[in-house]
Amino acid sequence: MRKIYHRIIQISGNVITIEADNVANGELAEVRSERGISLAQVIRLQGKRVSLQVFAGSRGIATDSEVRFLGRPMRLSGSEALLGRIFTGNGSPRDNGAALSDNMIDIGGPSVNPANRIIPRNMIRTGLPMIDVFNTLVESQKLPIFSVAGEPYNELLARIAMQAEVDIIVLGGMGLKYDDYLFFRNTLDAHGALSRAVMFVHTASDPIVECLLVPDLALAAAEYFATEHNKRVLVLLSDMTNFCDSLKEIAITMEQIPSNRGYPGDLYSQLAARYEKAVDFENAGSITILAVTTMPGDDVTHPVPDNTGYITEGQFYLVNGRIEPFGSLSRLKQQVNDSTRADHRSVMDTMIRLYAEFKETLEKQSMGFRMSEWDRKLLKYGALFETRMMDLSVNIPLEEALDLGWKTLAECFEPEDTGVNTQTLQEFWPKK
Amino acid sequence: MSETKPTGKVTGINGNMVSVVFSQRVIQNEVAYVLTGDNERLKSELIRVRGHEADLQVFENTSGVKVGDPVEFSGELLSVELGPGLLTQVYDGLQNPLPELAKQAGYFLKRGLYVYPLDRERKWEFTPSAEVGQILSAGHSLGSVPEGIFKHQIMLPFAWNGEWKLTWIAEAGEYNIDKVVAKASQGGQEREVRMVQTWPVKIPISAYLEKLLPAEPLVTQTRLIDTFFPVAKGGTFCTPGPFGAGKTVLQHSLSQRSEVDIVIVAACGERAGEVVEILREFPHLDDPRTGRKLIDRTIIICNTSSMPVAAREASIYTSVTLAEYYRQMGLHVLLLADSTSRWAQALREVSGRLEEIPGEEAFPAYLESLVAGFYERAGLVRLPDGSQGSITICGAVSPAGGNFEEPVTQSTLKVVGSFLALSRDRANARRYPAIHPLESWSKYKSIVPEEQLRKARKMLREGDEVNQMMKVVGEEGTPISDFVVYLKSEFIDAVYLQQNTFDEVDSSCDAERQRLVFGKLLTVLEKNFSFNDKDEARSYFQRLRQNFIDWNYAPWQSDEFIKCEKRIDQALQKAQG
Ligand SMILES: Nc1ncnc2c1ncn2[C@@H]1O[C@H](COP(=O)(O)OP(=O)(O)OP(=O)(O)O)[C@@H](O)[C@H]1O
Ligand SMILES: [Mg+2]
Repeated sequence: MRKIYHRIIQISGNVITIEADNVANGELAEVRSERGISLAQVIRLQGKRVSLQVFAGSRGIATDSEVRFLGRPMRLSGSEALLGRIFTGNGSPRDNGAALSDNMIDIGGPSVNPANRIIPRNMIRTGLPMIDVFNTLVESQKLPIFSVAGEPYNELLARIAMQAEVDIIVLGGMGLKYDDYLFFRNTLDAHGALSRAVMFVHTASDPIVECLLVPDLALAAAEYFATEHNKRVLVLLSDMTNFCDSLKEIAITMEQIPSNRGYPGDLYSQLAARYEKAVDFENAGSITILAVTTMPGDDVTHPVPDNTGYITEGQFYLVNGRIEPFGSLSRLKQQVNDSTRADHRSVMDTMIRLYAEFKETLEKQSMGFRMSEWDRKLLKYGALFETRMMDLSVNIPLEEALDLGWKTLAECFEPEDTGVNTQTLQEFWPKK
Repeated sequence: MSETKPTGKVTGINGNMVSVVFSQRVIQNEVAYVLTGDNERLKSELIRVRGHEADLQVFENTSGVKVGDPVEFSGELLSVELGPGLLTQVYDGLQNPLPELAKQAGYFLKRGLYVYPLDRERKWEFTPSAEVGQILSAGHSLGSVPEGIFKHQIMLPFAWNGEWKLTWIAEAGEYNIDKVVAKASQGGQEREVRMVQTWPVKIPISAYLEKLLPAEPLVTQTRLIDTFFPVAKGGTFCTPGPFGAGKTVLQHSLSQRSEVDIVIVAACGERAGEVVEILREFPHLDDPRTGRKLIDRTIIICNTSSMPVAAREASIYTSVTLAEYYRQMGLHVLLLADSTSRWAQALREVSGRLEEIPGEEAFPAYLESLVAGFYERAGLVRLPDGSQGSITICGAVSPAGGNFEEPVTQSTLKVVGSFLALSRDRANARRYPAIHPLESWSKYKSIVPEEQLRKARKMLREGDEVNQMMKVVGEEGTPISDFVVYLKSEFIDAVYLQQNTFDEVDSSCDAERQRLVFGKLLTVLEKNFSFNDKDEARSYFQRLRQNFIDWNYAPWQSDEFIKCEKRIDQALQKAQG
């Protein structure tokens, strides 16, 4: 029987400190107070002093509240019984099902040996030209949607998930509005996908630091299915900014020197430890991560989107209900877009370049300058581009989108206006 | 465990920092092992001593470590193994071969598992070159073994001070790296030389006669670099830029196409997927310069972002030490570090846990001197045998928020010889490589004549001014002469600065081709065109651009190449002058 402690010597933020022996770094404990039982995790050891972060928050904890160490780190049942289940942010059932105890595996495990990875090779089709043509999503990619409150990011996430050909969907909700949680559940249900999904949901009304475990739980489940059952797993994480804010809170409590706007200096490493779990294996399955990162103040240089952008393999920039061509990027697109169709890259590069020129023209126009013949071509083009390519209601296969791209170019420009090399033009420019 | 090994006990744990009480002598930067209850040995480095307490940075995750766990001190500084067989390897930051770890541990990395960096069994064909009785000092070659296309020199260990007299040398034959191949004596003391030696990574190898000024261009085959912002063999350059601006794509291109002997890729705290591309592709990609595969001249040091952060800090030093080793053989080495900002962040994490007084953005106050110390390890050197070797360092920098006014970019700028600023705007406009032609600079010599370059630079600057002005006064308010200047500057950008990394032909533009194309470009720039109106001017340049781009995509001196060049000449003749 493990020893029980009753003397809490410090309570600060959501971190409590007790004096204890033989405690391991990262070990879990249960803290029992009048408010109930909360999980806590050891985050620092100093001689006898043991600091624990309390996931349900420290509110209501008394100096004589009971602390019982569990002698193990955070674990998750690695079993197929996870499918169809919904858990809270600390891994206990949120549905009415039983708690799982088979094959308990540590969460937040070590990273995949890079030598075991393979180069991603499968495109994930979404039916959205802004993704399929311009920012192709690839199996095993890690990619966030950068957005601000009010944008339909969860809808976009769900739509891609429903359209993508994957075996298993794992949802990790952090600070999810209850409505959004129901939306995800109902969408999965409506598509008959609930039975191949696992959900770890921390809602906006749960204690904030409790969302810290969500990515690790979700990714441990994903790793289990990818390596033990060779499944293609899609992990949805929304909203990672809440996760970062929880990290910030703990760091400040622990009096760490913040690096930037209060966020800890290891924010990059913390995020990378999660996102890097996206992987494609040679002889096993794969993990693809689609996340939501809301940008405080719509500022992409804010530490959360900034660090995220440096880690992920591109991002979809969702503004005014559209995926913006600038700022959006799929870094894995070149792994697959050479084998989709011979003109894929030309269409992609040319259309974006001309759209950039259109934006400049728009600026000139707004300043009241006379529009040249070239400007007028661009104006026509820009408008068509926005309705045919950018609108989220468009849902067409890649090939159709490419054809539509050429059609649009031919409606607005002469072949030599486009800067496409002659050979490609000869092959693909629509004949009059 | 031998009894003489000093030991200690863990007294505190804070992230990857462990405090230890010890009773015997310890050495700053020595390696120690934290022994966990599960019999794991977690490699660590001693980084601070205060009284009888030492702070160790652990190169592994510390979960499960307890106060009271024993610690074993090794008495040796953090070191790497140097010897034949380093090329083609893929190491983690502590020089563990990753493929071997994968064989032993499976999909995931396993903490506490360490493997010899070099193959102990493999036999190398040794040819002695020194003679018994010869007086030698550190770094002098005793013989060599073939490693790929290189003559891998077996040298008197760098750690041996003073002069040594060779007392015995092995005859030609096949030996493994642990075999004694020579003996040498100094003042009655005789020591043995093996084909493998160790060297502490944080100390530069300096067994050379002198450092020389880098003068010869290092041709990267990227036009924007070689012509406009050149790099020299033995020089240093950096590529700062916001995320997604193209730092990694640029470095990959450099790793494949640079005209150097050996490339060391240090993937430091970045994405694992990016290393996998190199790892999987290089064994199949031909190295046109040697007729072998690219991997045969490459070493990959890979401590990606989710691998332990202290090992990330070490990985930079591991990489540069391996570079120094090959430089000692008279080879030209290019070290590509992506990203030095992640290394600096690792330093910041350590410094924070040590509760040192922080500098700007919580980086340690000594960041600048560490950055300078790293780039100082580059250089062109004259070796004891009179030959020259070089290390060129390219460091990617990932500034927070893409803002160059931050400590890592600023400390790097102070010490490098060339600054390739990657720009968000250019990347958004898909103008790749997104090196900004007006913000970047280089102190090295271009492959084209200086006065020609000045003209092109001037045109770029003036074109930009016209463009700025046009935003205010509009196109109609701009005189046609100015407008043509603008078109010319855009022309330089489109046909020369921009280059398609993913096209087999366009991606590789050697010096000869650059000089030819640049010459033609100058003809265009210097020509006085007279156009009737702006639309005519614009469409003329658009067509000319088309011809030039086709030319860039045509294999060197192919029929197509010659045809394209003719077409350009004709278009130039036709234009009214
Ligand atoms: N020269 C290029 N040609 C075509 N596309 C490019 C080029 N350079 C970059 N890109 C595009 O931009 C993406 C991002 O480039 P890259 O990965 O090199 O950025 P980075 O600067 O290294 O970003 P980070 O700091 O996040 O690592 C690439 O995946 C590719 O799609
Ligand atoms: Mg990069």
